[in-house]
Amino acid sequence: MFPGNFEYVRAGNLKEALTLLSGEDCKALAGGHSLIPLLKQRLAQPAKLVDISGLDELKGVTVEAGKARVGALTTHRELAASEALQGAAQVLSEAASKVGDPQVRNRGTLGGNIAHADPASDLPAVLLALDAEVSIVGPNGSRSTKADGFFSGLMDTDLAENEVISHVEFSSLGAGDASAYCKFEHPASGYAICGAAAVIRGSEVRLAFNGVAAVPFLASAVGDSLSGSDLSDAAIDSALSALEHDDPLSDLHASAEYRLHLAKVYGGRALRAARDRRG
Amino acid sequence: MGHRIQIEVNGKRYEREVDARRLLVHFLREDLGLTGTNVGCETSLCGACTILVNGQSVKSCTQLAVQADGTSVTTIEGMADGQDLHPLQAAFRDNHGLQCGYCTPGMIMVAAGMLADNPAPTEQEIRQGLKGNVCRCTGYHNIVKSIADAAEQMNGKGGDS
Ligand SMILES: Cc1cc2nc3c(=O)[nH]c(=O)nc-3n(C[C@H](O)[C@H](O)[C@H](O)COP(=O)(O)OP(=O)(O)OC[C@H]3O[C@@H](n4cnc5c(N)ncnc54)[C@H](O)[C@@H]3O)c2cc1C
Ligand code: FES
Ligand code: FES
Repeated sequence: MFPGNFEYVRAGNLKEALTLLSGEDCKALAGGHSLIPLLKQRLAQPAKLVDISGLDELKGVTVEAGKARVGALTTHRELAASEALQGAAQVLSEAASKVGDPQVRNRGTLGGNIAHADPASDLPAVLLALDAEVSIVGPNGSRSTKADGFFSGLMDTDLAENEVISHVEFSSLGAGDASAYCKFEHPASGYAICGAAAVIRGSEVRLAFNGVAAVPFLASAVGDSLSGSDLSDAAIDSALSALEHDDPLSDLHASAEYRLHLAKVYGGRALRAARDRRG
Repeated sequence: MGHRIQIEVNGKRYEREVDARRLLVHFLREDLGLTGTNVGCETSLCGACTILVNGQSVKSCTQLAVQADGTSVTTIEGMADGQDLHPLQAAFRDNHGLQCGYCTPGMIMVAAGMLADNPAPTEQEIRQGLKGNVCRCTGYHNIVKSIADAAEQMNGKGGDS
């Protein structure tokens, strides 16, 4: 199984990448671990691939003055191993460590993961729970958008064809804050049937899910009812019992009803893990 | 359209012309004749095609040869030193870590990447590290034993090597 024909160009810097991507029917190539499988199945048949993987300005994690900035080309491996993220957003590191397998984590990137927006991906819910901003550059300059709003449909985002995600930014967690990611994975593919990301920041609680619906979502009602609470097991269980979604995914792996059940169980585990990690 | 790529494989430099769509595994097997790297599923799932690219394990069916331009690659052919088996190869032989052997090059290469990151993995870490590699014969138990044994040998705790 191999891809159809396409042109391939390696971009030397971000400006060059944007110029190359402004052509007809072009696609950015980062780690290739979502795109190459699609090319092989001929589900994607771009005329030209613009390899952005060499753009150093899109790599790495920095935490400074309460802000964390994670480059789009940071690999899952780097996220999982990042010392800086252990304090600033353990949930991101933990979710990345649960992506696929070591070979996938060595190649796949944060930017590719969220641009591809597979409902079963692990990182989208993490960005929702962290209230992250996605920074995007395009032919008309740069813009940024809240993660809540970036994911617009099944494998669909707010990103235009000729735009590139440069990085993701969020307020880093402080002393006394904590976060966790818990995942129920498909035993063969390793993708999330349900993934729950919980962030406790001061008295504010945010909980978000992957895998449960076509679009990752923030369980705002659960977060609101827990914000300011004592986060006891009883409070968590009672908040989660009201969890609802009007259109959960339903397929041969898990029915809608089972997915909602998993969301309550894994949401509870993520919230308790985060609660117990607070300093 | 042809692309000229330069790539170092098992310490030897190659310069070749490839199509953009050429997968790295096909480049290694068909253009360089290095058929030790196996193709199992061709869909990123089985790990039989695992090699090291710049020291990290990669499924070579999920990378284009053009993406590997300028990198240094190690395949199973680069593991032994002449007639002397690499400790991982010796450990797979000693611990009956293979039956049909189809998955073995991928298992050894993913283990090489694992031990480079973590020279003394626990059994659990070894099992987690094999998540992307499928074996239809052994039931994994002896593969895990082989890797643990190789780690001991390589750390100088295992006696004679
Ligand atoms: C066997 C296997 C198992 C996997 N398991 C999991 C799992 O359990 N959980 C999980 O979350 N993921 C999983 N993945 C997917 C993996 O995380 C992908 O690597 C990731 O989703 C895509 O990142 P990439 O860098 O490889 O992107 P690519 O494949 O290079 O690109 C994917 C898409 O994003 C676009 N893109 C890439 N970078 C940018 C950018 N900076 N700006 C704009 N657009 C961009 C591309 O144009 C393309 O449309 C798995 C993949 C495989 C092959
Ligand atoms: S052949 Fe590459 S993962 Fe199966
Ligand atoms: S030994 Fe036969 S597939 Fe592993």
